[in-house]
Amino acid sequence: MNTATAARDTLLYLNGVTVSFDGFRALNELSLIVEEGELRTIIGPNGAGKTTMMDVVTGKTRPDAGEVFFRGTTDLSRLDEVEIANLGIGRKFQRPTVFENLTVLENLELSLDDSRGTLRTLFAHLSPDRRDRIDKTLARIGLSLQGSRPAGALSHGQKQWLEIGMLLIHDRSLLLLDEPVAGLTDRETEQTAELILDLAKDRTIVVVEHDMAFVRSLGAKVTVLHEGSVLAEGSIDHVQNDPHVIEVYLGR
Amino acid sequence: MSVPLLGQKKSAWGPSFWAGFVACAIVLAVAVPILDLWVPPNSAVALPDYLVPLLGKYLCYALLALSLDLIWGYAGILSLGHGAFFALGGYCMGMYLMRQIGTRGVYGNPLLPDFMVFLNWKELPWFWWGFDHFAWAAAMIVLVPGTLALVFGWLAFRSRVTGVYLSIITQAMTYALMLAFFRNDMGFGGNNGMTDYKDILGWDLHQPSTRLGLYLVSTAALGVGYLLCRFVTTSKLGRVLLALRDAESRVRFLGYSVTNAKLFVFTLSAVLAGIAGALYVPQVGIINPSEFSPGNSIEVAIWVSVGGRGTLSGAIVGAVLVNLAKTWLTGAAPETWLFVLGALFVMTTLVIPRGIVGLLHGARWARPRATAPLPAEE
Amino acid sequence: MARRVPSLSPRKWAEREIGRVQLHLAWLAAILLISLAAALPARADEFANFVSALGGDSFAEKEQAVIALGRLGDGRAVAVLTALNDGRLLKAPDGRVLVSDATKLSDPLTGADVPDVKADTLDRIRVNNRLRGTIEGALGELTLFSADPSARLAAAQDALRYASADEAALLEKAIAAEKDSGIRAAMEQSLAAARLVSGTKRERLSAARMLGTTTDPQIKNLLDEVRAAPDTDPEVRQAADAALASINNRLRLVGLAANLFQGISLGSILLLAAIGLAITFGVMGVINMAHGEMIMLGAYAAYVCQQFFRAFLPPGWIDAYLVVAVPVAFLFAGAVGVVLERSVIRFLYGRALETLLATWGVSLILQQTVRSIFGSPNKEVSNPSWMTGGFDLIGGFTVTWNRLVIILFCFVVLGVLALILNRTSFGLQMRAVTQNRSMASVMGIRTARVDALTFGLGSGIAGMAGVALSQIGNVSPNLGTIYIVDSFLVVVFGGVGNLMGTLVGALSLGIANKFLEPVAGAILGKIVILVAIILFIQRRPRGLFALKGRTAEAET
Repeated sequence: MNTATAARDTLLYLNGVTVSFDGFRALNELSLIVEEGELRTIIGPNGAGKTTMMDVVTGKTRPDAGEVFFRGTTDLSRLDEVEIANLGIGRKFQRPTVFENLTVLENLELSLDDSRGTLRTLFAHLSPDRRDRIDKTLARIGLSLQGSRPAGALSHGQKQWLEIGMLLIHDRSLLLLDEPVAGLTDRETEQTAELILDLAKDRTIVVVEHDMAFVRSLGAKVTVLHEGSVLAEGSIDHVQNDPHVIEVYLGR
Repeated sequence: MSVPLLGQKKSAWGPSFWAGFVACAIVLAVAVPILDLWVPPNSAVALPDYLVPLLGKYLCYALLALSLDLIWGYAGILSLGHGAFFALGGYCMGMYLMRQIGTRGVYGNPLLPDFMVFLNWKELPWFWWGFDHFAWAAAMIVLVPGTLALVFGWLAFRSRVTGVYLSIITQAMTYALMLAFFRNDMGFGGNNGMTDYKDILGWDLHQPSTRLGLYLVSTAALGVGYLLCRFVTTSKLGRVLLALRDAESRVRFLGYSVTNAKLFVFTLSAVLAGIAGALYVPQVGIINPSEFSPGNSIEVAIWVSVGGRGTLSGAIVGAVLVNLAKTWLTGAAPETWLFVLGALFVMTTLVIPRGIVGLLHGARWARPRATAPLPAEE
Repeated sequence: MARRVPSLSPRKWAEREIGRVQLHLAWLAAILLISLAAALPARADEFANFVSALGGDSFAEKEQAVIALGRLGDGRAVAVLTALNDGRLLKAPDGRVLVSDATKLSDPLTGADVPDVKADTLDRIRVNNRLRGTIEGALGELTLFSADPSARLAAAQDALRYASADEAALLEKAIAAEKDSGIRAAMEQSLAAARLVSGTKRERLSAARMLGTTTDPQIKNLLDEVRAAPDTDPEVRQAADAALASINNRLRLVGLAANLFQGISLGSILLLAAIGLAITFGVMGVINMAHGEMIMLGAYAAYVCQQFFRAFLPPGWIDAYLVVAVPVAFLFAGAVGVVLERSVIRFLYGRALETLLATWGVSLILQQTVRSIFGSPNKEVSNPSWMTGGFDLIGGFTVTWNRLVIILFCFVVLGVLALILNRTSFGLQMRAVTQNRSMASVMGIRTARVDALTFGLGSGIAGMAGVALSQIGNVSPNLGTIYIVDSFLVVVFGGVGNLMGTLVGALSLGIANKFLEPVAGAILGKIVILVAIILFIQRRPRGLFALKGRTAEAET
């Protein structure tokens, strides 16, 4: 089966992707498929290649070998970060990188899919329906009351949600979330799980995480990465009972 | 009058802003002329004629400081070479004024300025062409600093040169220009500069009415410049600039052209500085290459710092206050001025980093963290 | 020597030469006649005759005698003619001619004292201006035979200016008598020059060939004149061309070597000035605008040491002041640096731009302080005797000792610094903090202490740079401002925080500067380099040898 047919109907298609850094293989013939509308969790020990995989998908790193396709036909390995972002692929980094000096509202305003030209931004005016959109997103991420606070004043969890909100406001069909609950309290972790499940209703989401309780609460298909390739795939129970996984990962 | 944030109750262009703006305008543009021209000279509040160009000079400095605050306070670009744009605008005006002297110079040559006759030059160099027309000079005042900023900025921002590296190469830029303009054979008057101006647009520069006119033009320029800067900083572009000051790659990732945004404000800032320099020259009567000196550009940064970075009005306040102090101290106790200036540098950075206006209004300047923020991406 | 030889048009030159030749021929003839008439006189007799002729009545007589004495080649004539010129030649009533110096009279023929003549019976032998000219000419010729080797050498080199047939004859005699090979070589060169303008065709050709190996500009001028003269034989002209080409080549090479040396010298100074900055920038991410003032403080420390030695120590010790000044400057500037770090810079961590401004303020304060104490004018700091002068390499290019010493000093400092960085535990700590501050701190390294000591080290080195600068330039409160921009450029160009970057950066900037100077002039050259660096930064924003890891990207 050639690539075109294999990749068709998928949202994200990785086949035999290899990335080496100075002789160290971060990704080793990684093959992975994510269907449209899926919620997928990716776990694996440190150094397994989770972040590198995201780098490849978002265009930050070019693969040395292998294929990466979006929606079956778009070759991601040929595009740069901005182009990929404009395709509708959004990534949330581990550390929240909201703009601390701007208010929550302003952070969201910047993420709106308005024209990005310099002169346009000079004369940009926030139309009512744009403002509406921002308000809706604020509601969705639970920050309606924080609109005019500087983002730097938010708690760690709130910053994470703001960042998710910034990805949301721009229509994104694929969200890549890198350790979204790192450093959050238990309560915030619960809220984040709820948020993600809610969001997964209308888009595809791939979550990378370590927190097994959180992974379990998402209840999604799990892919285990190890040393740059897929070790096991299936439900959380299936994966946790897989002998290879136990051997590598001493389960939590 | 700090720039309010989106979502806050106070609008950027609301009544409270305009009230303050108009009040300042009245003081500067109306009260000063009245005190100068109409109040009898022996009254206590009379403004002596010789003070008018001094005030005008302060206002030009204020415009220069404003231009630096635009890029430093908002985009985080600390240019330590803005004196160069100021000086270039000044030289353009200076060339126009030199041409205006005509036959009234020492050597009486209708075409060549005195210093060229002195150097035994036979004809006007090509780049002096057109400077006998004010329109051309005005165009050059805008184009020369603007083009330099465009080229320099494009080279620098495109290669992602930021922070102290950028500051250093702006110093290198102004230093190179200083060396160049000091050369007598450049055709700009060499180390003596250009002076002995007679009139501008037909008006005698030594008349009080002309000086008052220049003062008013400076006030207008400052006012327009301020409104322009405020417009930029309260627009979405302003927010983009604020964002890229802290997290440049994130902004890039969002799809904005960081290079273009920086280039835009950098060029605008240079043009404002050039205009400030152009208005400065007829009021002080001379332009010489020491305006390009690296120390001058660094001093502008302290004006902005003292007044309050990132507040626009702070830049104006700082420029006026520091230069008032300079005028006073260099007259009263000259050896102390450098001590005071040095202490100002140290104190503002250590003790009041938000500046005077910043303290008053809670400037849009997050308290810098003690440890370096780590890069956003993993 | 009274006679000067400006460059003349060929015709005037020819006229002058013809005139001189005629004059000399005339006198030569006269002398020959006289000596023939005397029929094999002993040389000593000749000398005596001419000396007594000096006591003659007419100036013409005296002039004849002077010229003859000059031609004679007798070393005793020097004293006589000098005395005559000074008005110390006296005539006794009995016709003897005596030389007087301050205390006694002597007989020029024997050199012996003559005590028994009363001073008031003696007449001073008078000279006029024309005679003086002749005397000086004769003296010049005589010093070729002087007993003093340095006088002979000087005369041999000077003879280049009077290239002529007579000169050639004189030189031949001198060469025959000369034992010292160095002086003889100089004489032979002057002889060749003389032959070039006045000899036979064959002589001229061989002279031209021989002169091709020199680099003396006077000879170059002579060759130029010869080939430009319209009546020159084409073969001779060709030979002159070839010689000129060969000379120009040599000059070019010498020029290159000179530029290289100057470039390395400048580079070594830049290196000393910038290395401290590179270290503090690397370890702490701090741009210290007061760095120039640390250099200045070091220079003043050298000055103070010099004054101290002059005032309080025996004169023989003065040469050692420099040896003392180096550690003094290091400690002083280092201490100031530590104080600066603890009082100002410490509070501005991570805020490189603010540190830049604050340290600029400190630099103003330091400058004004020094100005108030020492005043604005330059202070004179002299090189110790073991650093003065230099030695000549091939023609025209002098290697001065002070620059050489500074180059060596710079590399010693670099070596010691490399040792500290790579072999001591402090150096290890410094490098750790440079690469990853938070990690280093977590591993137990006291980063605050490392910062303070690093800053002290960097400032101390700057102080030593100041000592070096005091040896080749002026010491004034503005010294720092001259070198601060250059230091930054070295750091920015070479890359931050590592010695190799600063070394390569400093040397290349120094050499580039010096090679551009003759082409474009000092100022334009500097501008070109500034622009080149600005452009270079676009390509490699982190400099030549960038360190990986956190650098001064953290700023507000």
